[in-house]
Amino acid sequence: MNKIESPEESRKLLDKIVFDLTRSIVKNDELTRFWFFILIMFAAVGLWGWGIQIDKGLGVTGMRDYVSWGMYIANFVFFVAVSLIGFLISSTLHLLNISWSKPISRVAEQVAIAAVALAGIIIVNDMGHPDRLLNVFIHGRFASPIVWDVSVVMTYLTISVLLFYLPLIPDLALLRDRMGDEIPKWKMKIYSILALGWNGNAKQYKTIYHAMRVLMILIIPVGLSIHTVTSWLFAATLRAGWDSTIMGPYFVAGAFVAGSAAVIMLMYAYRLRYGLKDYFEDIHFNQMGKLLVFVSLLYLYFNVNEFLVPGYKMKAAEGVHLLNIFVGKYALMFWSVQIFGLILPIILMLFKYFRKPLPLTIISVVVLIGAWFKRFIIVIPTLEHPFLPIQNVPENFHHYSPTGIEIMITLFSFMAALLIITILAKLFPVITIWEYAEEKGIDKKYFSEQPKN
Amino acid sequence: MEKNTRRKFMKTLGASLGVAGLTGGTSLLSSCNRVETVTGDKIHLLTSSGELVEVDKSQLKPADMPSLTENQKRGRKGLPGKSWVMVIDLAKCRNARECMKACQNHHQLRPEQHHITTLQMQDSEDTAPYYMPKQCQHCDNPPCTKVCPVNATFKREDGIVLIDNERCIGCRFCIAACPYSARIFNWFEPRDADKYKDVTYNIEANVPQKKGTVSKCLFSADRLRDDKMPTCASACPNGVYWFGDRNEDAVTNGTTNETVSFSKLIKDNAAYNLMDELGTKPRIYYLPPKNRTTPFEGNIEEHHS
Repeated sequence: MNKIESPEESRKLLDKIVFDLTRSIVKNDELTRFWFFILIMFAAVGLWGWGIQIDKGLGVTGMRDYVSWGMYIANFVFFVAVSLIGFLISSTLHLLNISWSKPISRVAEQVAIAAVALAGIIIVNDMGHPDRLLNVFIHGRFASPIVWDVSVVMTYLTISVLLFYLPLIPDLALLRDRMGDEIPKWKMKIYSILALGWNGNAKQYKTIYHAMRVLMILIIPVGLSIHTVTSWLFAATLRAGWDSTIMGPYFVAGAFVAGSAAVIMLMYAYRLRYGLKDYFEDIHFNQMGKLLVFVSLLYLYFNVNEFLVPGYKMKAAEGVHLLNIFVGKYALMFWSVQIFGLILPIILMLFKYFRKPLPLTIISVVVLIGAWFKRFIIVIPTLEHPFLPIQNVPENFHHYSPTGIEIMITLFSFMAALLIITILAKLFPVITIWEYAEEKGIDKKYFSEQPKN
Repeated sequence: MEKNTRRKFMKTLGASLGVAGLTGGTSLLSSCNRVETVTGDKIHLLTSSGELVEVDKSQLKPADMPSLTENQKRGRKGLPGKSWVMVIDLAKCRNARECMKACQNHHQLRPEQHHITTLQMQDSEDTAPYYMPKQCQHCDNPPCTKVCPVNATFKREDGIVLIDNERCIGCRFCIAACPYSARIFNWFEPRDADKYKDVTYNIEANVPQKKGTVSKCLFSADRLRDDKMPTCASACPNGVYWFGDRNEDAVTNGTTNETVSFSKLIKDNAAYNLMDELGTKPRIYYLPPKNRTTPFEGNIEEHHS
């Protein structure tokens, strides 16, 4: 940390940082309103679809007795996966004292909160009786992986919100003290309430550092648990394709891939939209690119294990399942996901050029789409090939293809996640101001000062 | 004492048809108390043989029927001292599908919904094809009840795996967990939902079925309580099903009413469990399809074992 000696210099730099990092809050142009309109409209259409589903029954989906888990569950797994990046970046990298990750941690927490909240909604939407949700608490059986999943997902959401909120408190105080007419009154009021009377003395900082450290350590086992337990929803069954002991680490590795891609996309969006070129710098993209390569290689390793070992043996039911995804109905999807979503990105990102902001963001988009379809391949083909033959049922029981309602509701989930992220970005700075300023060598004592001009 | 109950069991099995046990609830029946003359008011009732009948209100007499909670309580407990088992003789199955039809009537199932279904099987390319009735195996190590988050599906003392559709949240984890594909889901309103809407839920028949919940074979637990054979066993014209109590070591044929020693039957005929390598410990035993009584006439669809 290089201390800036002159107070004037410090004040000037702080003013600039605050000005830049509050642009997302202040900005309220046509595009912002249009974006909100689009998000809310799609979200509303999805809710309408959900209404139809509740009225008519889950039969409005493409699911039937054999493929009884479909796109909703695949989407649920996807969102749980994406949420895992929160703990990797804002906790693990922090604890390892990796400084480049600091400006990214709030972006990672935004992604984590939005994704895990949506995962919760999607799973309720998949229930035949969402009105009986409370039964999980009233009659909860501790032996069921679903109860474990509900417990850890809620714990993870709680810790993620706290990890988002705690470092935000000094920022809120700073906004409360420094901002004026450019921010609407109701927002200022929210800042003032949420700042909890922060005045920036040493004792308060000590408390917040301590609390954050505890949370960062706590979230590691919880974060690993949520996706491991989610993988056990499959691994705890006897079905070919799911009955595998590496599902836990396989899911966790895949989650880091999906989450890193999502964070890169969001970083690029903020950089472009809110003019944060000097904050989400090329070096951050470069490092995120390296992180993505690393976790992708890890995921590739688990993929080799997951498919090569059973593929070598070709046990009866396992063999049918594998042939179906290697050369059968799902071959195109499977190989596209593996090649364009994993192998090709790894090779490209080894070159420095592809870790520049725009190329890396494009790669991330492809990786994230691949990650979504990968979940589809994990969930559906296994169910299409049970141990016993499918007979004496209509044709649509044999195969699964999602219906319009399912697509509508899945689209809703994406839009709702983006809505949460947008609201967070419109309310709070996307980078932790005080942490960033301190990193730049500005003393804490300047934070609560009113700007001179 | 034990002998006595056994005799009684056999006797009532012989006269399995006839007495119609009402599954109506107390509210329904108490309202009938007051009506004494023919009113013209018709009521739908479910008989224990699974027929939905229409009767005049005046014909009803109060019966000793438990309330919903009472029914759920005793349904969870099971029949004391019993340990139900079924033996399915694959050599005798001619694919008559009477079991499937009777079962669908008993349990209010749509045509595409099966608690029991007759599969056309072929174990490997060169072996002979055969018909195999398949339902819930009532495993002693059930993968389905383990994963249920709300204890809506459970295994009771007498070995039957049941579902409480008043509690089921419809997560379908049990369907994913069952390796026998024995479980079905009510994707839409169940068949004849209107007719059944006033009938009190009977956990031992899982009727009325409920939209958004799981269903499956229950060994006709409601009929067992009335000392009757399961619907499928009684309906079979070909003597495929043997059903009985493992504790008494006796199984009775649903068609011929002949009673034999359970252990001897499975020993003499080299009975096996379906996919016993999975460790599920099924309560249904299959007798191999050797010396089949009729030639196989189906066409084998592509499948694997």
